[in-house]
Amino acid sequence: MTTKQAVLQVRDLVVEIPTRRGVLRPVDGVSFDIGAGEVLGVVGESGAGKSMMGSAVIGLFDPPTHIASGQIRLANHRLDLMRPYQLRAIRGREIGMVFQDPLTSLNPLIRIGDQLVETIRTNLAVSRREARDRALAALEEVGIPAAAQRLRSYPHEFSGGMRQRVVIALALCAEPKLVIADEPTTALDVSVQAQIIALLKRLCRERGTAVMLITHDMGVIAEAADRVAVLYAGRLAEIGDVADVVGKPMHPYTEGLMASTPMATPTGQRLAQIPGAMPRLDAIPPGCAFHPRCPYAEAGCLLDPAPGIDAAEGRAACWVRGRERRMERIS
Amino acid sequence: MSQTMVQPAETPTEEPDASAPLVVVDDLVRRFDVSRPWLNRLFDGSPRAILTAVDDVSFSIPDRGVYALVGESGSGKSTIGKIAVGLLKPSGGSVQIGGVDLFRERSTRKRRRARADIQMVFQDPYASLNPRWRVGDIVAEPARALERPIEGGPGALLEQVGLSARDTEKFPHEFSGGQRQRICVARALASKPKFIVCDEPTSALDVSVQAQVLNLMRDLQRDLGLTYLFISHDLSVVRYMADTIGVLYLGGLVEEAPRDTLFSKPRHPYTRMLLDAAPRIDAFGREVPPPQGEIPDPINPPTGCVFHPRCPLANDRCRAEKPQMLTDEAGRVACHAVEDGRG
Repeated sequence: MTTKQAVLQVRDLVVEIPTRRGVLRPVDGVSFDIGAGEVLGVVGESGAGKSMMGSAVIGLFDPPTHIASGQIRLANHRLDLMRPYQLRAIRGREIGMVFQDPLTSLNPLIRIGDQLVETIRTNLAVSRREARDRALAALEEVGIPAAAQRLRSYPHEFSGGMRQRVVIALALCAEPKLVIADEPTTALDVSVQAQIIALLKRLCRERGTAVMLITHDMGVIAEAADRVAVLYAGRLAEIGDVADVVGKPMHPYTEGLMASTPMATPTGQRLAQIPGAMPRLDAIPPGCAFHPRCPYAEAGCLLDPAPGIDAAEGRAACWVRGRERRMERIS
Repeated sequence: MSQTMVQPAETPTEEPDASAPLVVVDDLVRRFDVSRPWLNRLFDGSPRAILTAVDDVSFSIPDRGVYALVGESGSGKSTIGKIAVGLLKPSGGSVQIGGVDLFRERSTRKRRRARADIQMVFQDPYASLNPRWRVGDIVAEPARALERPIEGGPGALLEQVGLSARDTEKFPHEFSGGQRQRICVARALASKPKFIVCDEPTSALDVSVQAQVLNLMRDLQRDLGLTYLFISHDLSVVRYMADTIGVLYLGGLVEEAPRDTLFSKPRHPYTRMLLDAAPRIDAFGREVPPPQGEIPDPINPPTGCVFHPRCPLANDRCRAEKPQMLTDEAGRVACHAVEDGRG
């Protein structure tokens, strides 16, 4: 993905939370691009900073959390420099959002149709009648049966899967350039999850919308994403094409994560496990953040922070793997 | 229903022989009255609403076996789990543990002893530990309630699940989600039960932590000779844990088969749909048509086979007639299409 086509460009993003006991960094030096029509999967376990990264892009932070350094570019806008009122014009218009729980993303007291019309009229200069037509088309597009009647329904009259379809319709109705989907299928059943993933993928490919798909589920990533970014303790551990990262993981953390997934383990075999747990934000180890749990850790990993991900070094932020790659190239 | 597998209820023996199943669930039914208050019904003329959460489910678990129930939300899997530990009463049918009917046994002594052999591990390790108790007291509570001694004290139990004996003095908030679930497992082991119901024990945990807890639970099952009823919505977890798997849909058992058979030759169309829909790690950009439809309203379930509105093989018979459970060497399945050889 060359930078010219990138819809979203994030460079060296650092998010800080000042507290009485010192400054916490839930996101620390993360860089990535998402191209038009591309799905970037962001995976990590709880506390990895994946949702924080989504919030940083849409500027939904409560003080004192703030972007300390780095750049976020969406097309021609510098989101990190914008004031709240400017960001309000971007959200919904340029960036659509789909959250985990569809019930809390919809106003329970307003009919679905009115919520769609309101969103469309806020973001696009269209007449009420045209907005209504567009709302109907949007509901039909996300596969809601009898859409014309359903416009008059309230959110509680929909099932979980149908509600998430409505939320997707809301996110896409202003034709944004980027959609941030934060665990969009975690609250749904397996069979409905497959429907929602397929829908999100199809709509975004048709419209050339860039998608940032945040999830903890490697299976969802493997099916939906074009590229994957693996986060650990707020830092990027690995980023690359989905087949490479999931099929041939390079970073020891990705390797451990994949090996501990029951679906990647042959029947009857013991699950591989990574010892320990993700460090808390106030106790991130010095050096490479993963070194206490890493089976390959060396003396250098304890001292120096993990190297940046550089195209020449491969796709993993790891001293050991980077050196292996260099040795391969020399020989 | 599969009467062949069911031990006659009238012959409770003091010491059941080893070949008999430890847990027998027979024609279990549980209905919930979800009607509006009677005054509202009187004014609106709305009828009573009865939700059948568990509809005629029968299965048995051999001693030291792991039986898994899989299903989506509303399939009744947790309700069965709650009935199996005695937290809910069945509306019909029975649950026998070691030959003792949990709900109809007259002898208090026998009923107590059967109950003492049962423990449960819940889904949410944050909600199932009392935040004001020390971990040592939490872990020792079941043993204290049943007046059974703990060998080596609560510290030994914690060491058995991979924690430290010194952790007895700590409070639950000092532990991470995975460690809390280990505490829950230690508590379940304290009274030396034979049978543990695990209701989605790892769905609140991260993948790497889930692997630790699943490995631990499987090791304990083998080392201590435990019997598990393992409830989960996640087929990959179930495949890792269970010997035999029962698939539930809208309160009814649709298929039961040994693990390998179920995954290699699923027979019921719903099982096939579930297996196809489950995300796969090796399926990059897989383009399969996703399953159609959603789980119907359990208060007004479809006629005939409850799966027929979503079933690609449904015909008029499926719409009219409820399929019976067929038992053969490959397992059990309730489907007209399989019966007629259309599957």
